[in-house]
Amino acid sequence: MSETFALKLYVAGKTPKAVRAFANLRKICDEYLEGRYNIEVIDLVENPQLGRGDQILALPTLVRHLPTPIKKIIGDLSNTERVLVGLDLRPRRPSK
Amino acid sequence: MSKQRMKRSEIQKAPTGIAGLDDITNGGLPHGRPTLVSGGPGSGKTLLGVSFLVNGAQQFSEPGVLMTFEENAQELAQDVRSLGYDLDTLVAQKKLIVDYIHVDRSEIEETGEYDLEGLFVRLEHAIKQIGARRVMLDTVETLFGGLKDTGILRAELRRLFRWLRDHQITAVVTAERGEQLYTRQGLEEYITDAVIALDHRVHDQISTRRIRVVKYRGSTHGTNEYPFLINRDGITVLPVTSLLLEHEATNERVSTGLATLDDMLGSKGFYRASTVLLSGTAGTGKTTLAAHFADAACARGEKCLYFLFEESPQQMIRNMRAAGIDLQRWYDKGLLRFHADRPNRHGLETHLLEMHQAVEMFDPSIVVMDPITNLMTVGTQTDVRAMLTRVIDYLKTRGITALFTSLATSASSLEATEAMISSLMDTWILVAVNEEAHKRNRWLYVLKSRGMPHSNDVRGFHIGNRGVAIDSPQPAKSNARKPRRKTR
Repeated sequence: MSETFALKLYVAGKTPKAVRAFANLRKICDEYLEGRYNIEVIDLVENPQLGRGDQILALPTLVRHLPTPIKKIIGDLSNTERVLVGLDLRPRRPSK
Repeated sequence: MSKQRMKRSEIQKAPTGIAGLDDITNGGLPHGRPTLVSGGPGSGKTLLGVSFLVNGAQQFSEPGVLMTFEENAQELAQDVRSLGYDLDTLVAQKKLIVDYIHVDRSEIEETGEYDLEGLFVRLEHAIKQIGARRVMLDTVETLFGGLKDTGILRAELRRLFRWLRDHQITAVVTAERGEQLYTRQGLEEYITDAVIALDHRVHDQISTRRIRVVKYRGSTHGTNEYPFLINRDGITVLPVTSLLLEHEATNERVSTGLATLDDMLGSKGFYRASTVLLSGTAGTGKTTLAAHFADAACARGEKCLYFLFEESPQQMIRNMRAAGIDLQRWYDKGLLRFHADRPNRHGLETHLLEMHQAVEMFDPSIVVMDPITNLMTVGTQTDVRAMLTRVIDYLKTRGITALFTSLATSASSLEATEAMISSLMDTWILVAVNEEAHKRNRWLYVLKSRGMPHSNDVRGFHIGNRGVAIDSPQPAKSNARKPRRKTR
């Protein structure tokens, strides 16, 4: 697992949720993807037209562009376990 | 006067530009507010919304944003194209923005708090780009399939509708009809300004679309279910005319085409803009009598529109030529036009609409429908009667004299079976045949004719090669037996 993760975090302004999401993401990445990740923060308040490409609806949304396939995680990323599952860094639990 | 006062206090309206819908809503949808349009699959809610946007952009200089949440973007484009709407051109002219929002639950993980600000940002961005005044959200409830946290979703939708109101956007929000509610997720709780329900039913293999304004805050509106139609000209809601009995009554008379028959009707014939029912069993000469009426109108230089539900125009012209009535010349001169259609080809609404359109285009002073009874096979009695009422209303407001022929199955049931439509008719003439001494004898009489003294004779008549010849008034001969009048 040496592939670099290309991540985009979509937010709308520096809302508490956005700040929290970014902090949570950094923490998770540093812990599980050290040295092989790259985060781009996209503020839709500044660039609303960018919301179309990734079909952004909910905010914050984290989009994993690489490795493929594309994955989306919405919310403030407060549940590390869920984020890891969403990023395919941990197998999805069969039940539930 | 009170009517005017009411109008003034009514809220501002955003016209939909959909023929008929603006009539039943007294001017359109509530301006600057969301309207919920609910209906089952294929009920036409998307087309209604798109028409609202397209008409807004083209006719009322109100640009629009279409946000669709449906999975299949291709389908929308196709549906809309069938109505003749070219969304691409409007988009190029910056009068419309189409934005697809698709959420696939399988590719989304939810963790922690979120909101739908992304939707707001995109919507606001689109609105600002073209100065939109109208928005359509189609079908926002699909989000319930894409997001797990329905609590957040509900709160955000509530915020969205409030946001639309705050921004003075006139919006159409479509929703799939739920089992008991107008929407699956109870959106009617959030959109309380106006609710329109669409319905698509099939009765006896004939489909009918209906529209109803369920609720309209701060405005009067028609409360009935109104039939509507989707065809190449877009959506049309009936009635296109008022349903009030306020036609002008003229004293002008129109000849029946037969001097003797005119004599029986106070010596002058029918009233102009009245309705005439000509009923009888098969082969009694109804069509020939109707042809005389049409012939006379054309001879006066008036235009006649002849609806045929049984024969083709060619057949009709040939048969009447044999009876000595030359309709071809009027047809060639453009004074006579035929509109031939199989009654069961489509539903009553379609017939009604096509009749409207044909009358609108040709602008005749006389209309014949032959035979009206064939239309009765298309719907229930109530539906047919409702439709006829509309047709008659429409013709009367246009000052058109209309003659309807009606085929009765048996002579004895003549008067009874037509009770249903006869009350709509101003003049009712009965034609019949009896057989005596190896001969079929035709006779006719005027059963009623409102507002004029009319003959109570039962007269025999013949159809020869010079048309109908009615016997002169004389005491009934032994072979022209007077039929028993039933008391009704």
